[in-house]
Amino acid sequence: MISLAGRDILHSWGKFVFTGIGLGLLIGVTLTMAGVYRGMVADGKALLDNSGADLWVVQRETLGPYAESSSIYDDLWRGIRAMPGVAAAANVTYLTMQVRHGQRDVRAMVVGIMAGNPGDPGWPPYLVAGRQITRGHYEAVADIASGFQLGDELKIRRNHYRVVGLTRRMVSSNGDPMVFIPLKDAQEAQFLKDNDAIWMQRRRTAANPAFNRPTVPGLLEAVLASQTVNNHVNAILVRLAPGYTPEEVAAPIRRWKRLTVYDRSQMEEILIGKLIATAAKQIGMFLVILAVVSAAIVAFIIYTLTMDKIREIAVLKLIGTRNRTIAKMIMQQALALGSIGFVVGKIAATFAAPHFPKYVLLMPEDSIAGFFAVMLICVLASLVAIRLALKVDPAEAIGG
Amino acid sequence: MTAKGIHIERLSKRYGEGDTAVLALKNVNMTVAPGEVVGLIGPSGSGKSTLLKCLGAVIDPTAGRMMLGDEVIYDDGWKVRDLRALRRDKIGFVFQAPYLIPFLDVTDNVALLPMLAGVPNERARARALELLTALDVQHRANAMPSQLSGGEQQRVAIARGLVNRPPVILADEPTAPLDSQRALAVIRILNDMARRYQTAIIVVTHDEKIIPTFKRIYHIRDGVTHEEVGEGRGSD
Ligand SMILES: Nc1ncnc2c1ncn2[C@@H]1O[C@H](COP(=O)(O)OP(=O)(O)OP(=O)(O)O)[C@@H](O)[C@H]1O
Ligand SMILES: [Mg+2]
Repeated sequence: MISLAGRDILHSWGKFVFTGIGLGLLIGVTLTMAGVYRGMVADGKALLDNSGADLWVVQRETLGPYAESSSIYDDLWRGIRAMPGVAAAANVTYLTMQVRHGQRDVRAMVVGIMAGNPGDPGWPPYLVAGRQITRGHYEAVADIASGFQLGDELKIRRNHYRVVGLTRRMVSSNGDPMVFIPLKDAQEAQFLKDNDAIWMQRRRTAANPAFNRPTVPGLLEAVLASQTVNNHVNAILVRLAPGYTPEEVAAPIRRWKRLTVYDRSQMEEILIGKLIATAAKQIGMFLVILAVVSAAIVAFIIYTLTMDKIREIAVLKLIGTRNRTIAKMIMQQALALGSIGFVVGKIAATFAAPHFPKYVLLMPEDSIAGFFAVMLICVLASLVAIRLALKVDPAEAIGG
Repeated sequence: MTAKGIHIERLSKRYGEGDTAVLALKNVNMTVAPGEVVGLIGPSGSGKSTLLKCLGAVIDPTAGRMMLGDEVIYDDGWKVRDLRALRRDKIGFVFQAPYLIPFLDVTDNVALLPMLAGVPNERARARALELLTALDVQHRANAMPSQLSGGEQQRVAIARGLVNRPPVILADEPTAPLDSQRALAVIRILNDMARRYQTAIIVVTHDEKIIPTFKRIYHIRDGVTHEEVGEGRGSD
């Protein structure tokens, strides 16, 4: 027996190829959307991995430092460092902002890291070029995705920083590249007001009789100094000593320091379950719409192709073709269309993915799932046409 | 008269029920022997297509008996189980328009029927080529239907009707689109084939050009047939 579906496809291959390409672009968009979601999850995990922390100590009752803002005193880390099971503890600040470089600015997550050694929590674990920060001020290590190069001069708020090192895959959960600067600079940047605002605040403080008391010399100066110093950080990153479980170490910090502590799995739950949950739903919604549109296209094309063949189908039935053979022909055509579409889509997605501004992670299992989804959609979409074909009366071939 | 060929007795067909019912065939009797070509003529609405559909086992008669060869197909409400296989194996169809499958080449259009019946592709194609040769279109065997002239298409369609060696061929206005020379050629082919393969052939026609070629003609009017001996001598 010859393949009726195959012969029909060869005969009108133009129609199949062009619809297949159209469908393929749609499937490509679908695969890319799934890749965007996977990329967000991967970015979130990379953020946690690269932080080098086992525990995140944040302001009480907050989901900080990534999903909510968190602010704690910058001297608490010493106490935590001394607690049993803590191998390393370090302050860290995170601030997402526009970092200027010459005429352009780049959205980046500015990370303030404590003076210390490479490999400390918060430090970039490895560099692809240059060196780590060695001075206490005005040096920066930037992620390569920011487009900055060694030696570039960056402007964060009013201060200038020189790029001394480059990292890779150091991104925020939003996919923004990270720029590491010394903690003190970062604290200042978080707090820094423009000159006018500082000036205005000084004047107001000086005008407040509670602070400006001629009988207490030095009070006004002390108040002014405290107003311009930021002694807060967003979180303390803790690395466990070998042999300790996260909960063993976290419980005393919660109890005695009255802070909230998250371990790695809780942090992942916050990032993926809360921070990118809305985005994930958004993408899920798009996937549903794309699936419906793809199904509609396949159904419409296969239905039209079948409509064009009504006469032939009536003749095939009259001369004794089984319904099964005709149904198989239509379903095979739908599957062929889906296969063309999938191949085109997979190629399109693979070539397009690196050009997206955010990380697009195409997972083989998503492709496999996508392939089966496409096949399922094609089977369902062909049912309408098959129903039409099965209803054709062989008597129609004889005419009136 | 032998029991081979087509034999129908008291065949009736009613469309619809009650007030709107149309009695399209009324106790039709007809016999066509193997190797014989008979004409079926009648005015519009007389029941020609209805009779052809009953003979072709695509609609069921309301009453009466029909036999193809030795096999009883219908008997007052009873019918054989697999009409589809019956059509495939016992009946060849030739239509007014050739209705070839556009995406199959000439050989496969003809070979499709034996293939559907499970004959291996190469055997089916060999059989198709044999018939195409008999019908003198073997030189177009690898062409697509759209590349053929009307007359060539009709000959391919006849080859398709004959390929399973059916004991019966039903031809519905097979010469309508053809000029008189080609129309006569088609009738000659049908007569040849009838004789060569001992096929009973019924040709429904309006075509004045070919009516004189039939040895026997059934006239049908208001669902009733009258037999008449024609002046024709087939292809001789
Ligand atoms: N499906 C149907 N339902 C109801 N009545 C029908 C149906 N098909 C045919 N008829 C009626 O049966 C009668 C015979 O119709 P039939 O189609 O057999 O005529 P015909 O001889 O083929 O005519 P023509 O030469 O115009 O094709 C007509 O009165 C027609 O209206
Ligand atoms: Mg008719």
